[in-house]
Amino acid sequence: MSVFIAFNTIVRKEIYRFIRIWPQTLLPPAITTALYFLIFGKLIGDRIGTIHGTSYMDYIVPGIILMSVITHSYANVVSSFYSTKFQHNIEELLVAPVPNWVILAGYISGGILRGVLVGVVVAVISLFFTPLNVQNPAMAMAVVLLTSTLFSLAGFINAILAESFDDISIIPNFVLTPLSYLGGVFYSVDMLPLIWQHISLGNPILYMVSAFRFSVIGVSDVDISLAFLMTGGFILLLTFFALWLLQRGTGIKT
Amino acid sequence: MNALSIHNLRKTYSNGFEALKGIDLEVKQGDFFALLGANGAGKSTAIGIISSLVNATSGTVKIFGYDVKTQRNLAKSCLGLVPQEINFNQFDTAKNIVLNQAGYYGIPRKLALQRTETCLKQVDLWDKRDTMSRRLSGGMKRRVMIARAMVHAPKLLILDEPTAGVDIEIRRSMWEMMKDVNAQGTTIILTTHYLEEAESLCRNIAIIDSGQIIEHSDMASLLTRLHVDYFILDLAQPVTILPTLNGYEIKQISEKILEVGVPKERGLNDLFAQLSTANIHVISMKNKSNRLEQLFINLIDNKNARES
Repeated sequence: MSVFIAFNTIVRKEIYRFIRIWPQTLLPPAITTALYFLIFGKLIGDRIGTIHGTSYMDYIVPGIILMSVITHSYANVVSSFYSTKFQHNIEELLVAPVPNWVILAGYISGGILRGVLVGVVVAVISLFFTPLNVQNPAMAMAVVLLTSTLFSLAGFINAILAESFDDISIIPNFVLTPLSYLGGVFYSVDMLPLIWQHISLGNPILYMVSAFRFSVIGVSDVDISLAFLMTGGFILLLTFFALWLLQRGTGIKT
Repeated sequence: MNALSIHNLRKTYSNGFEALKGIDLEVKQGDFFALLGANGAGKSTAIGIISSLVNATSGTVKIFGYDVKTQRNLAKSCLGLVPQEINFNQFDTAKNIVLNQAGYYGIPRKLALQRTETCLKQVDLWDKRDTMSRRLSGGMKRRVMIARAMVHAPKLLILDEPTAGVDIEIRRSMWEMMKDVNAQGTTIILTTHYLEEAESLCRNIAIIDSGQIIEHSDMASLLTRLHVDYFILDLAQPVTILPTLNGYEIKQISEKILEVGVPKERGLNDLFAQLSTANIHVISMKNKSNRLEQLFINLIDNKNARES
């Protein structure tokens, strides 16, 4: 019971945080993705034609939604937990009888909620450009939840290991964004030369984007079961790693 | 029962610095205990280990019998901490800061709201409950931390320099509040650089220096060890020739101010008799320094002399 109250408190605090600063957390993805849809979907997309039998606009919508989920679930946890560390108010949690897994679950839930909320905002924006007929809503929701969980975990680990504000922008700038753009958000890997197709298969984001696209428009570049397996595997791996770091007190205790 | 038991506690930081060199400490339930030491003596490291913010190298710490390593959550639930540095979210309101802390301790929201109100009223901050904490004054921020530490009604409250940088009026009101909290049964461990604060509030004391406990006793018997009290005397007329006072140390500070060392066994009556004979009229007197401060300096000096 007390553990649930502690968990609830962390989640409530996280929601309050990203709602309070909504012009920084919810507005930018709405504007950015509206521009993506307008420029790539409408202006350029009309000249590209179709991919796997669907219009270019319909093809990129799932990828852009998932890219926003990835970016924002990661950003939420990394900035929130690092600020907590930076201001030393992590000590509020460390002195209290809150198990490490509750701290982790609380912050990850905050990241998932922001990721999902941003996903909904972007999906609503996409409706101004094309109708969104989700073929498998349950699968779509599962992919969004698993993806936001995975990237919230990654953000949490980044925040634990970060020693300065610079450290929390390195991974999003130099890893997440390139992997997202190269993860088949704007194109099908079939369009790449064979060597790049093989290299792309090493990019985990490709599997998540493909799975989400499959659940929305029924088109995928990869095996869906492999996509779920990979995402689940990474979630388990990062969960244990994050708990190990918390147990050791890395970055939060001396 | 002991509120706190520390046995052979050691901490060596990764750079090789030995902050604690095997300290032993016991604090009885209901005590108001002073833990004193100069900056860098090891107080904050010890408090960090007690409150699970610092990992000990070796040794045991028990809070009300619960080991902080093996029964961590039970030990933590007995403890409230007011740290030295401001460590709450400066972008949150005073009310949310206290309310969230109650939540971390598993207090249901309805009860948490009641306790938040009680604690904020106790520290005279209820009117400021919805103010963003970064807009509060330094003293108010410290009081927010006290309210936060008390919201789960801890059995042991550690106050790490709670009155640092607080004006005298608020400091005195905080002393009254601390006395009330202790009177209600909460054990308090206080660290402070204001030694008159420790002397007037605490019943027992430990002094830590260079990672070792160099004194651990009750305040009254410790103070009796101070053999000489030093007083500053303000004179009615200037003194040109310093008189010789039998049995007292005397030093001229300025024309109308003298410093006199008064051995406990001689007392003040004989001093004033000798001053009157020398035709010196005293209009007021005060302690040169707080008694505990004098004792603290003596203890540290003695230890340093032994080591050199």
